[in-house]
Amino acid sequence: MDQRKIEFRMAKDRGFEAMVIIFSFLSMIPLFLILFYILRNGLSSLSWEFLIELPKPVGEVGGGIANAIVGSVLLIIIASLPAIPMGVMAGIYLSEHKRGRVSYLLRLAAEVLQGTPSIVIGIIAYLWVVISMGGFSALSGGIALGIMMLPVIVRATEETLKLIPDSLKEASLALGIPYYKTILKVILPAGLSGITTGILISVARIAGETAPLLFTAFGNPFMNWNIIKPVNALPLLIYNYATSPYPEWHSIAWGASCVLVSIVLVLNLVARIIAKRWKVQF
Amino acid sequence: MGARSSSNSSAARPRVPGLRAESAFQKALFVCAVAIVVLLTAIFLSLLLHSFPSLRSFGLSFFLGTAWDPVSRQFGALPFLVGTLLTSFLSLLICLPFSLSISIFLGEYFTEGALSSFLKNVTELLAGIPSVIYGFWGLFALVPVVRKIEMNLGIPPYGVGIFTASLILSVMIIPYAASIGREVITLVPSDIKEAGYSLGATRQEVITKIILPYARSGIMAGILLALGRALGETMAVTMVIGNSNILPHSIFSPGNTMASVIANEFTEATGRLYLSSLIEIGLLLFLVTLVINITGRYIIKKIGIEA
Amino acid sequence: MNTLVAIFLAFLVLLSPASASANRVELIGAGATFPYPLYSKMFDVYWKQAGVKVNYQAIGSGGGIRQLTNMTVDFGGSDAFMSDEELARAPARILHIPICLGAVALTYNLPGNPKLKFTPNLIAAIFLGKITKWSDQGIAEVNPEVKLPGLAITVVHRSDGSGTTFVFTDYVSKVSGEWEKKVGRGKAVNWPVGLGAKGNPGVAGLIKQLPGALGYVELIYALHNGMPVAAIQGRNGSFVQPSVASTTLAANVPLPEDTRISLTDTVAPGGYPISSFTWILVYKEQAYRGKPMEKAEALVNLLWWMTHEGQEYTEPLDYAPLPAEASGKAERIIKSITYNGSQVLK
Repeated sequence: MDQRKIEFRMAKDRGFEAMVIIFSFLSMIPLFLILFYILRNGLSSLSWEFLIELPKPVGEVGGGIANAIVGSVLLIIIASLPAIPMGVMAGIYLSEHKRGRVSYLLRLAAEVLQGTPSIVIGIIAYLWVVISMGGFSALSGGIALGIMMLPVIVRATEETLKLIPDSLKEASLALGIPYYKTILKVILPAGLSGITTGILISVARIAGETAPLLFTAFGNPFMNWNIIKPVNALPLLIYNYATSPYPEWHSIAWGASCVLVSIVLVLNLVARIIAKRWKVQF
Repeated sequence: MGARSSSNSSAARPRVPGLRAESAFQKALFVCAVAIVVLLTAIFLSLLLHSFPSLRSFGLSFFLGTAWDPVSRQFGALPFLVGTLLTSFLSLLICLPFSLSISIFLGEYFTEGALSSFLKNVTELLAGIPSVIYGFWGLFALVPVVRKIEMNLGIPPYGVGIFTASLILSVMIIPYAASIGREVITLVPSDIKEAGYSLGATRQEVITKIILPYARSGIMAGILLALGRALGETMAVTMVIGNSNILPHSIFSPGNTMASVIANEFTEATGRLYLSSLIEIGLLLFLVTLVINITGRYIIKKIGIEA
Repeated sequence: MNTLVAIFLAFLVLLSPASASANRVELIGAGATFPYPLYSKMFDVYWKQAGVKVNYQAIGSGGGIRQLTNMTVDFGGSDAFMSDEELARAPARILHIPICLGAVALTYNLPGNPKLKFTPNLIAAIFLGKITKWSDQGIAEVNPEVKLPGLAITVVHRSDGSGTTFVFTDYVSKVSGEWEKKVGRGKAVNWPVGLGAKGNPGVAGLIKQLPGALGYVELIYALHNGMPVAAIQGRNGSFVQPSVASTTLAANVPLPEDTRISLTDTVAPGGYPISSFTWILVYKEQAYRGKPMEKAEALVNLLWWMTHEGQEYTEPLDYAPLPAEASGKAERIIKSITYNGSQVLK
């Protein structure tokens, strides 16, 4: 009787493991299908010139997406600069103050913000920034994207830091290390993997968003490094070209999609390497 | 807290290195936290302000009306509300087994190694694919498949509809539920896991009875973020949902969602009432997200204990 | 780590406004998606010839009108002319300058890709949901040589607001009183039947996958993507095949001075019945928001170029060029643009 029960539990164990593995790999199928789809359509457009040249109008052979790449990188930087520190700090706050009115409101705020459509955030950034500045700019686009980054960074930071045992913090404080140093140099590094995950997912998402940029960064057929002027971006270019009538432009859209996905992949890998060098195991 | 010097050499205040930095740090934390709440409130107020014309004209009938007619300026948002709720919850339901599996797979079974990094990167890459591409892929790859299913089921084989939109959404939201879940699962302390093993539990039992409950808060956070993403997604949904402004009567009907209506019609909308109606939909979505999250938190609290 | 931060900050300083090429005149425009490819070609040529950078983004006709009203752009682009109420709401008088023409084609998915003809009544009936099968009597009468299958007609329309929808519904409103009352004309309407898809590619993609589907797309889109297009019966009873030539012909009608006219259901013989102008919108008085005279001059010169030398770029891209009368009206309108009251065009 006991033997059968044990066998049953062990069978459940193996079955569970099998299911977890199967479902995990099944979930990768869509990604591979999509990547394959992008590559198949876009590979033919890729070349060195594609990355360095400016877009050419229809009917002319060649041209590239250089200004869109530059613009996207600019936007990611402008968005990340305020969003990452602010998001991480707010996450630290939440992990240190588990209860309380502000904590409750902040968690709620992060979740509602996450559910706000990107176009609404774009409209808000338009009303607040573009109207005040009198024109479109990379700055306003970066602000819209930065707002979108906050929820995941805040919540990922909070949930990661919550699980770090209090004993670590207490040991550090007992050794006389000031509170802020404890957080910044002991606790944060311990949770770096989770925090980095949150940041990476946020950056990945905004790298591909079109709607918030329509009325903010606006787009630009020329190269532009000036953050108070309109700037082009990969998702904008992809959207404009993919919805155009011309098959040549469709190929460029696919090529640009390849580049975008590659940028996200590279960002992921680089960030993970940096995080690994700082990670602390406990 | 900080190291304090025991001798007060001058009549000035005792030197407490780091104290000012500490309270400044605490203040900075507080400011960041409050700033985000203020940001959200400001967004809410902006939306409210710009919805006024529509709020005044339609009042409650906006939320119950089923006709969306920009020409005769009759705006009723009920079909979109239903479409949003249907697609979001359905997509969450579909993605859950996959996300949880990935979290457990990466957090417990394979935490290190090439395979693990590979799957980790693949999951996060899902978040980086532009929604426009999801939309196109959905249109060309998923729609024919759903059409075949519908033909076998004997219903009008459009291929587009609530179901297809939910499928595409579920793929898009996997990273949110999976990645945070994975991180918190790895952070479960070894001692309570080993306590379980030493009592003779199988791996599966340790996972389901010890690890998952301990990491529950983080997993829920990931799920709520995934839900939020689903509620607000526009581009991908709009390409495969069939965009018909009538109340869907089955999950295979075409429908529409609040986010996709705003995205579709905002750039072309002219006229105060039309614009303000679109913004009112944004306001409605805002409120729906708020209610869902408050309810979700309440349920979590009732069901379990915070870790 | 600190060196990284230092380099990074230096990088940002480099990006700051100080490094802008502030001397060159640059113009910003926004609006309709339909002319975007043509404008991008025109503005690229214009930049090489005149050294003026023009940045036009396709955020939609409504978006263009809004940005122009908010004065965040120098000019707007629209496939639908502004109504009297819209013009009254603008802070100052806005002019419409026609640049070229476009057409909306009916496309479909039937086995064998037959060539189809439609009458206005048929189109209205199908989109109203009154005719639901391809084998319907009405369709068969007009297409006697075609073997029509018993498939259901799946109507596909645009889910997003668009000038294409406006032109199409404008046409159907003119030819069907029932449609005008029930649905009306607009960039987005309350469609009685059918599935919605986003953008021309969405509509095309859906139609290509659904046997029996029928929908409308920009003519250029249909031409470049190998989609079958239907001939439509014009005012004088003969069926007109959509093409660049028949689109230009549609504008051979008396035009009002401000060129705000709908060309659908045109009386011009041989003109394709679902055609329209696309306009550029500017303020009549250019001295606003501290705009320098050079910008006004650059804008006026650009507009003149677009309606004259620029026209040679229309046909190779399958856009329909302006006919003579429209061109003449455009010239008069451009000449009426003023800066502090005096004419800008030299």
